Amino acid sequence: MLTLDYDPASLPDLLPLYYRRLFPFAQYYRWLNYGGVQKNYFQNREFSFTLKDDIYVRYQSFTTQGELEKEMQKMNPYKIDIGAVYSHRPNQHNTVKSGSFQALEKELVFDIDMTDYDDVRSCCSAADICSKCWTLMTIAIRILDRALREDFGFQHLLWVYSGRRGIHCWVCDEAARKLSVAARSAVAEYLSLVKGGEDTVKKVILSDPIHPFIKESLTVVERYFSRYALHEQDILGRKETLDKVLALVPEDILKQTLKILTCLLIQFNNHHFEKEIMLQYCYPRLDVNVSKGVNHLLKSPFSVHPKTGRISVPIDLKELEKFDPFAVPTISLICEELDRPKPGEDDEKVDDKENEKDAVERRKIRDYKRTSLAKYVRYFDQFLDDVARSWKGELLRKSDLQKEF
Amino acid sequence: MQFPGRRRKLNTNSVQGELYEHLLQFYGQPPIENISLTEFETLAVERLKLLKTVENVGISHVKVSEEYKKKLDSEFKNLNFPNKESEYDKRRKDHISHFILRLAYCQTEDLRRWFIQQEVDIFRYRFNDLKPKHKLEFLHRNDLQYGTIGAEEKQTLMDKLVNSSYAGSGTKVEDQDIYKVPFQDALDLVRTRKVYLKAGYVYIPHQDIVTIVLNDFRTRLSKAMALTARSLPIVHSDERLQPLLSHLSHAYVGQDYSIQKNVGKISLDQIDSLSGKSFPLCMRQLHQSLREHHHLRHGGRMQYGLFLKGIGLSLEQALQFWRSEFIRGKVDADKFDKQYAYSIRHIFGKEGRRADYTPYSCMKVILSNMPSQGDYHGCPFRHSDPELLKQKLQFYKVSPSGISQILELVKGMHYQLACQKYFELTHNVEDANFSLNHPNQYFIESQRLLGGGGKDLKREVETPQKTKPAAAAPELTAKDVPEIMEDLDSFFQDA
Ligand code: SF4
Ligand SMILES: [Zn+2]
Repeated sequence: MLTLDYDPASLPDLLPLYYRRLFPFAQYYRWLNYGGVQKNYFQNREFSFTLKDDIYVRYQSFTTQGELEKEMQKMNPYKIDIGAVYSHRPNQHNTVKSGSFQALEKELVFDIDMTDYDDVRSCCSAADICSKCWTLMTIAIRILDRALREDFGFQHLLWVYSGRRGIHCWVCDEAARKLSVAARSAVAEYLSLVKGGEDTVKKVILSDPIHPFIKESLTVVERYFSRYALHEQDILGRKETLDKVLALVPEDILKQTLKILTCLLIQFNNHHFEKEIMLQYCYPRLDVNVSKGVNHLLKSPFSVHPKTGRISVPIDLKELEKFDPFAVPTISLICEELDRPKPGEDDEKVDDKENEKDAVERRKIRDYKRTSLAKYVRYFDQFLDDVARSWKGELLRKSDLQKEF
Repeated sequence: MQFPGRRRKLNTNSVQGELYEHLLQFYGQPPIENISLTEFETLAVERLKLLKTVENVGISHVKVSEEYKKKLDSEFKNLNFPNKESEYDKRRKDHISHFILRLAYCQTEDLRRWFIQQEVDIFRYRFNDLKPKHKLEFLHRNDLQYGTIGAEEKQTLMDKLVNSSYAGSGTKVEDQDIYKVPFQDALDLVRTRKVYLKAGYVYIPHQDIVTIVLNDFRTRLSKAMALTARSLPIVHSDERLQPLLSHLSHAYVGQDYSIQKNVGKISLDQIDSLSGKSFPLCMRQLHQSLREHHHLRHGGRMQYGLFLKGIGLSLEQALQFWRSEFIRGKVDADKFDKQYAYSIRHIFGKEGRRADYTPYSCMKVILSNMPSQGDYHGCPFRHSDPELLKQKLQFYKVSPSGISQILELVKGMHYQLACQKYFELTHNVEDANFSLNHPNQYFIESQRLLGGGGKDLKREVETPQKTKPAAAAPELTAKDVPEIMEDLDSFFQDA
C-alpha cells in the first residue's frame, strides 16, 4: 500500500483538492452558525490560518459560508484554528477603538496531549504514539465525558482526534459557550487531579473524604489500569519503571512490606497510595491554559495535520474502544480514493445554468461519500442534529416571547 | 463626566443611620458626607494598615482557623476597626476608608487584585463571625436567595453530600439545610472540589454558604473597581488628591522593579555567574533548565524574561539572549523570529497592548499559575517536593543544619522566609535585614552585599529605596496641604 503513504511535500498539491472537493463546508457552517440564534455569531468568529512556511494569519472572519469557502480555497491553509466569537468582526479589529474589541463567547474546550504523559509512558516519548499508549486517551475521554455530562450537565460534546498525538473536546452547549474565564478555569481545575511540574515526584495526593468525582474517575481508571499499566506498559516489569512506582509508595509502607508481605492487603486498606498511583499513571492531563481563555485558539476539526497528513476527525464515542488513530485517513488517502473510478456512477447531465450550482453541491456531497472521510462526516451530521434540537428550542422560545409583546 | 442633576442629595442623617445599621455591608453606597483632606489622609493610612495586617495574619495563620480569628479580633481592636455590634463611629470609618482606598488601588490590575484579596479576607472574617440568624438576614437583605432541597432529595444524595463537603466541619451535613445553586455562582467551591456537583448545580450545606456570599462580594467589588478606574482621570486632575493617592498605592507594593534603572549595565556573559551568586532559586532553576534544554515553556519565559528585564537587560540583549539559546535547541532562527521574538518584545511593552509588564513578585510566583508537566517556573520552596528541594540545597552546598531550618520554614508554608533564610546562608549574613517579597529585590540585595555591586556589574546597581516592611505607616507628602473640604461622593457618581 505504498501509494497511501503520506509525504508532507505533497501537501501543497493535495490541499487545493481537499478544500475544493472534500472539506465539509456545509456541516462546518451549520455548526458554527448555531442556527443563527444569536446575531452575527458566525460573522464575528475568529479563524486563523497557518499557511505555507509557517506564516500565521490571525483574525480572519467571514460573513457567509460562501465567503469562507472561497477564502479557504484561495489560501489553502495548512492548518485551521478556531477562536472566539468577538464583539466585532475580527477582520476589522484594527478599526475598532482599542479596548472595545473583546472576545465574548467560545465553546469550552479541552486539549489533551500525549507529550504530557512522558513520565508514565515507556513505549514512546514526545510526539510519538502507539496503540499501547493510546489507551490513555481512551481513559481521558471516558473520565471527562462522564464528568462534563453528569457533573456539569453539558450535553453537546464533540471529541476530536487532533491528527497526531492528542485529542480535543469542544463543549458546544449554549451555557458552555457563555462561561466566563473564571468559570472555565474553575471547571478545568475541578477536572485536574495530576498536579506539579518536573520537580514533583508524587503528582496525585488524595485526602479523605474522597470526592464523588474522584470515585467515579477511579472506577474508570480501574477498568483500564491493569491492561494499560501492567500489561501494555509493564510498569512493574523493568527496573527503571518499577523504581518510579516505588518512589510513590510511602517509605514506612515499603519497610512494612518487606517485613510482613503477608498482611499486604490489610495493611494497605486505610491508605490511598494505590489509588494515587493509578491516577498518576492514567488520569487525564489537561492543558488548563487552553481551557481557561475565551480567546484561546484551538485546531479546528477537519483541519489537516501537516506532519502526519491525518484529518482531524470527530470521534464517535459509541465506537471509542475501536478507535484507532492510525486508521484515521490521511489527506493523500482520501484524495486518492477520490480519483478511483466508482462503478455505476455517471455524471449527471447538467443542462441549464440554474442547476449548475446545485450540481456542484451535489457532486461535493457525493465526493466525500466516496472516501473514508464519509463515516466521520456522517457522525458529525448526527452530532449537529442533536445540537440543532437545542437551538430549535431556543428559536421557538424567542418567537414565543415576541408574540407576547 | 458628571451629571449634577443625578446626584443624590438625600437627608444625610437618615441615610447614614441606614448605612451603618449593620456591621457587614457590600459597600454598595459610597459615602456622601464631606470630609477634610486631613481626615481623608488619616482614614486612608489606617485602612492601609488594616489591609496590610490582614495580609500578614493571613500569611502566618491558616485562614478561618481559630488562631487566625483571635489574631484578627485583637488587630481590629488595636486599629480601631469595627468587629462588633453597635460601633457607629468605627463603621463610618470602615465605610469611608474602604472607598478612599478603592480610589488609590483601582489603577492597575495588580493593585486591584491585592486590594480585593484583602477586602475579601476581611469580609470573610466578619461574615463568619455573624450568628446563623444574622447570616441569613444578610443574604436576604442583599437579594441572595437560593432554594433549599427537600428532605427526600437530601436523603438520596446524603452519601455524596457527606463525601464532598469540608472535612472537620462543625455541624453535621445531615442537620443542615442544603442549597441548590448554579455552579457558576460557587466557582471557588467547584474549583477546589469542596462541594457536590450534579447536572450543573452545586449542593451547598448552610455552613458553606459564605463562599457564595464572598463570590458575590468579590464580583461586585471588582466590577466597581473597574468602573472607578474609568473615572480616574477626573481624580487625577485634582492636584491635591493625585499625589496622595499615588503615594498610597506605592506604600504597599513599594518598588515594582519595572523601572529600568540599570539598563545595559549587565552584559550577557555575566548572567551565568550572576545566576549562581545573586539569583534567587526560582530564577536560578529557570536559567539552568534554559541552558540545559534550550527551551522554556510559556510560564517560564514570562517569569524569567520579566526578571531579566528587571535586572537591567535591554530589549536587544533579551532578544539576543533568548535567541542564542533557543536556536541551539529545536527552534531555528527563522522560527524564533516568527514565534518567540514577538512575545519578548511584548513583555518589553513593544507589541500588543504595549503594556509595560512588571516582573513577578514572590506572591505572584507562589500563588498563580502552578507549574505542570514540563514546566520549570514557580517557586522551588513552594512547588518542589521537599525531598527534591533538599537534594537541590545539598547540591548548592547548604549546610545540613541550614537545610533543616529551611525545610522547617517550608513545612510551615513560609516560603518567602525560607527563601530569605537561603539568602542569609548563602551570603553569610546573620540577618538579611530586608523582608523579601520580590525576586528582583533578592537580586539587588545580593548585589549590594557582594561588594556593592562593583565587582559584578560594570557600574553600581542603584539600590531602590527600601520598602518598609509590614504595617509601617507610609509617610505622606501631602502633610502641609491646607484643610479643604472635599466631597468624596463626586468620584463615585458613575460607579
Ligand atoms: S520566595 Fe520569591 S524569590 Fe524566593 S524562590 Fe520563591 S519566588 Fe523566588
Ligand atoms: Zn506508545
